Amino acid sequence: MKRMAERIAVFGGVYSNHLALEATCRDAVSRGAEGLYCLGDLGAFGPHPDRVFPILDKYGVRTIQGNYEESLARRSTDCNCGYTDPQDNHFAQISFNYTAARTSEAFKDWMGTLPKEFRLDFGGLQMLMAHGSPRKINEFLWYSTSPVPFLSRLLELHQAELLLVSHTGLHWHRRLPANRHVVNVGAIGRPANDGRREVWYALLTSGTDLDVRFIPVEYDFETLAHEMREEKLPAEFIQTIRTGWWTTCLEVLPAKERAAGRF
Amino acid sequence: MTTPGALEHPRVPLLALDTLWFQVAGTVCNLRCTHCFISCAPDNHSHEMMTLEAVRRYLREAAALGVREYYFTGGEPFMNREIFPILEATLQVGPATVLTNGLLLDPKRAALLRALSDASDYSLDLRVSLDGWGPEDHDRIRGRGTFRRALVGIRNLWLAGLNPVVTVTELADGVASSRGRERFIALLRSFGLTRPRLKILPLFRIGAEERRGRPYHDWERLAKDDLIDAEKLQCGSGRMVTSRGVYVCPILIAHPAARMGETGLDWLHPFELSFSACYTRHAMGVTCRT
Repeated sequence: MKRMAERIAVFGGVYSNHLALEATCRDAVSRGAEGLYCLGDLGAFGPHPDRVFPILDKYGVRTIQGNYEESLARRSTDCNCGYTDPQDNHFAQISFNYTAARTSEAFKDWMGTLPKEFRLDFGGLQMLMAHGSPRKINEFLWYSTSPVPFLSRLLELHQAELLLVSHTGLHWHRRLPANRHVVNVGAIGRPANDGRREVWYALLTSGTDLDVRFIPVEYDFETLAHEMREEKLPAEFIQTIRTGWWTTCLEVLPAKERAAGRF
Repeated sequence: MTTPGALEHPRVPLLALDTLWFQVAGTVCNLRCTHCFISCAPDNHSHEMMTLEAVRRYLREAAALGVREYYFTGGEPFMNREIFPILEATLQVGPATVLTNGLLLDPKRAALLRALSDASDYSLDLRVSLDGWGPEDHDRIRGRGTFRRALVGIRNLWLAGLNPVVTVTELADGVASSRGRERFIALLRSFGLTRPRLKILPLFRIGAEERRGRPYHDWERLAKDDLIDAEKLQCGSGRMVTSRGVYVCPILIAHPAARMGETGLDWLHPFELSFSACYTRHAMGVTCRT
């Protein structure tokens, strides 16, 4: 029997960017997405973390835990982002301290109830969604350092044919032999270090050949920048929102991804 | 002082073989640094240069095991005449990082590296070592004139469109502090690198460093009940291959007891942390990972 094509929207790294979250959900629904999924990291970087929950609720977004949710729910003192460079950690700590102080206890408790992964059948493919990677919540899967043999082995170990992750903030899709796929859905909380102000999410349509599209979303970034200024968030974060170039947490980037940015 | 003792020590499981190191230039180097933990030198042939053929064989085994990234070190990797085809073969299966002293990075080699990088989906990263704020510190450790020559190499990479990571050992005075770090970044900017990348490395009191600084004391060993986080140790997710076979990590290749065998299957055993160098990571809170 021929299957009906399914379409889902998947995003990650909301980073408290409630304006981009609303715009993304609206866009995904308008494109016929039947399910909306978030791969974690609701907080960080942006203003007013509590504004995120009502939007997730309104659109029925199914959400898994990122390292941020894990840390906030545990009432930890750091984000466990996985950075090793002191400068990266410096800005990560500013983000986390602000977010932890401004997130309600109820929201933190809710984060603790989220699953670490989703497993679904998507158009006949065994789909697995995780935050960083299926083996580690804060693992960075970058395009230029996630080679085919490594990803193939990862999928084999975790019994998946289609793996969706986030955490890095940069979106990509790598086709593997035997119709298997890995997609990093990127982040909607900040631009993709490409000099554009839009943020990106992934739209997946099932079929004989899986269709993966990355959709740029425009939103009112100037209002977000204004809110960030009011909340006294670092000028470097605001600069990223307004220019599309990353200014912080750059040392974790591999050579190719680093070279693609401005800083 | 650095051989395994009779005591029982913690065992580290290989969680996954993510990282494979190649001692691609053996222990042969164009320098004789006083802090080198494997005492590389022009006349140290304990481990010989690796051939393209040998590297290819390990790459095939590594890909079957799902290795994520490859590192090349020595000695000085650019003394290996086959280094460019070796990197080309590697970049077909995964990302590569080369650790170099920068002395052989002339404009022609820098351009070749840029071409290799452009031709691959995977990252090619270069790490160039500096050991201080200027020639006084650096040249005392690495030899006269080497600071200036390393900077020329770094600049050649930069001009070719590559942005190397400059690695500095803790020997550089105050470099581990945030002020020291900022000062170093400012130094690199003054050489024309507008987007400097810097990494601070711990010292291991073995090899030449044992003679320059001090050896480990007998009690500087890990005991069986010490809590070990395999994720923070190289031996938890990596292995090293040299012309003499498979070793547990790049730091211990001078020790016969750190040799694990010849082929891929030999890479997968757990490893007993009986060496003093393993103590550095534990006691100092630093990681021996990259």
